[in-house]
Amino acid sequence: MDGSHASGSKVAAADGPGTQRTQYPYVTGTSIIALKYKDGVIMASDTGASYGSTLRYKSVERIKAVGKHSLIGASGEYSDFQEILRYLDELTLSDHMWDDGNSLGPKEIHSYLTRVMYNRRNKFDPLWNSLVLGGVKKGPKGEEKYLGMVNMIGTHFEENHIATGFGNHLAIPILRAEWREDMTFEEAVKLVEKCLLVLLYRDRSSINKFQIAKITTEGATIYPPYSLKTYWGFSAFENPSQGAVGSW
Amino acid sequence: MARFDPYENNGGTCVAIAGAGYCVVAADMRLSVGYSILTRDHSKIAHLADKCVLASSGFQGDVKALQKNLAAKELVYEHNHNKKMSCPAMAQLLSNTLYYKRFFPYYAFNVLGGLDSEGKGCVFTYDAVGSYERTGYSAQGTGATLMMPVLDNQLKSPSPLLLPARDAVTPLSEAEAVDLVKDVFASATERDIYTGDKLEIVIINSSGSRRECIELRKD
Amino acid sequence: MSSIGTGYDLSVTTFSPDGRVFQVEYAGKAVDNSGTVVGIKCKDGIVLGVEKLVTSKMILKGSNRRLHSVHRHSGLAVAGLAADGRQIVSRAKSEAANYEKVYGEPMPVKELADRVASYVHLCTLYWWLRPFGCGVILGGYDRDGPQLYMIEPSGLSYKYFGAALGKGRQAAKTEIEKLKLSELTCREGIVEVAKIIYGVHDEAKDKDFELELSWVCDESNRQHEKVPDDLVEQAKAAAQAALEEMDAD
Repeated sequence: MDGSHASGSKVAAADGPGTQRTQYPYVTGTSIIALKYKDGVIMASDTGASYGSTLRYKSVERIKAVGKHSLIGASGEYSDFQEILRYLDELTLSDHMWDDGNSLGPKEIHSYLTRVMYNRRNKFDPLWNSLVLGGVKKGPKGEEKYLGMVNMIGTHFEENHIATGFGNHLAIPILRAEWREDMTFEEAVKLVEKCLLVLLYRDRSSINKFQIAKITTEGATIYPPYSLKTYWGFSAFENPSQGAVGSW
Repeated sequence: MARFDPYENNGGTCVAIAGAGYCVVAADMRLSVGYSILTRDHSKIAHLADKCVLASSGFQGDVKALQKNLAAKELVYEHNHNKKMSCPAMAQLLSNTLYYKRFFPYYAFNVLGGLDSEGKGCVFTYDAVGSYERTGYSAQGTGATLMMPVLDNQLKSPSPLLLPARDAVTPLSEAEAVDLVKDVFASATERDIYTGDKLEIVIINSSGSRRECIELRKD
Repeated sequence: MSSIGTGYDLSVTTFSPDGRVFQVEYAGKAVDNSGTVVGIKCKDGIVLGVEKLVTSKMILKGSNRRLHSVHRHSGLAVAGLAADGRQIVSRAKSEAANYEKVYGEPMPVKELADRVASYVHLCTLYWWLRPFGCGVILGGYDRDGPQLYMIEPSGLSYKYFGAALGKGRQAAKTEIEKLKLSELTCREGIVEVAKIIYGVHDEAKDKDFELELSWVCDESNRQHEKVPDDLVEQAKAAAQAALEEMDAD
């Protein structure tokens, strides 16, 4: 949904005097890739955000830590994502202020997000995002990994690996073929990079500046952005007209 | 222009069959949108009371909201009346809940199954805005058009036109009903792209309820 | 109190002929009778300590807290009517949250203290309100470092190196003055605060009390938090040892 809606025409739809609702996104981020691995959850995305087909921002973080046990990744409208981060900050702040040793885990945060997203769609004022929530928290059954997503109208589910936007088409087949629950972090990074590279080649709005983040019982780590090595030296690229024999 | 659409069809099929002393409720576990599968492991079945199970397909956001809503209302009922809600009571409540949103409907197709106050199996089948009927068996969702004729054929239920009205429960034994459910799902999975992956079956009888899970085609 | 109100003490909107507002002074009484509350500014942060008097053995330990977090970087200790204090805490929280929403950065402690003081003061200006029956000590950490404020029921607010409220405030202040606050770390500070609170506790009048300790310092990541349990136990042990030593002398 994310990539395709970005190219909608830019007319504000007002409904009734004084109220205006989001009918289409302005600045959008593309896919998020996330998967469970041995010690927790790994999440990855590029750092671009587009205004329609213009690459408006080249270095924005689309993955953030939420509280002590969770990571959130967002594709879709970037300002809506920032609004969501403000909601989450309110939650974690009140957790902090209670200071009673309790804290919201990824499951609770995800559940909260599903209600926020669904309620906003019920008001016909959606938050134009696909959100991925990953985390680890000690529960009654020991360490529990969690990975779930929710979209702009409130559809939500849990999975072992999730990819939003273009990733849902291009990365999911790779993840389904190669994912294992007991992957090491290094293996998970390799798999995620494979997905990112496919998206970089095929998703027009993706850029070659990526960020990887992980969440384990030790907490969240968001790594600094880096680039992947690309190869464009195929002969069809270097001499595009060769072999294209015309009929006249 | 790409306009905001508050609905999405996440597909899925729900079936319920009532017998003399049992009820079988089943739904597949595929969650999809368009040509993509979102997940192969998503339950569409909610246990609302100990003799009352709801299977719903349609738009997953609405389905979850509806099921949570009913579960919450059931809890309040339990606190107020010191007993679980009966299946026919839940059936009426579900109808009211759906009709309450008549002009911004829950995009949910429901089959409610369980045992009535006499311990007989009962099935209630709905449309999205709350009209409902007690039957002996029903199918709802994307695969319903493929399954319903087969169920009609196999279950040979008495015609609703007969006078005096005859009981709608099916003549099958519990095991036969479970096998029939497995067969109709396996068949619908062949032709309906929105049905597949896994089948979740809940069987309710006088001794309680149990859950079964079997694999379906994943293509 | 030296004089009685003689008719000028019923309203918060009426001055006495010698220029006093008795209702506000009475509110101060509620604070003076409370368990002792202490706050000190150490070189690396703030330590707050409360002598929470336990009125019944059936009260659950840890309940009726008098130390509250306000946003991430500051905390409030309440002396006097605890319920009135919660009203102030709630106002402080919304002020701090609103500031961050508007300016995108944490509220400076000075600003927060001013806002809270204004709120407390506001309740001394209208006939339909009564003043708060509590005083608060506000400790926080911002870009200007750790800061400590005390706000009285009148709405008066000053910045302090060390402050004390409640029954044992006089003795506590004398003890605070003896400390080398500019050289003291918070880790050492919690022991000193524990010693002071155990020292001023009047076992004859109040049987039981619970020691509440919180801090905002570099060690707590500049966040206001309860002091970790093990450190509290150490501080308690040190305080009790110091008491026994004094008794032995």
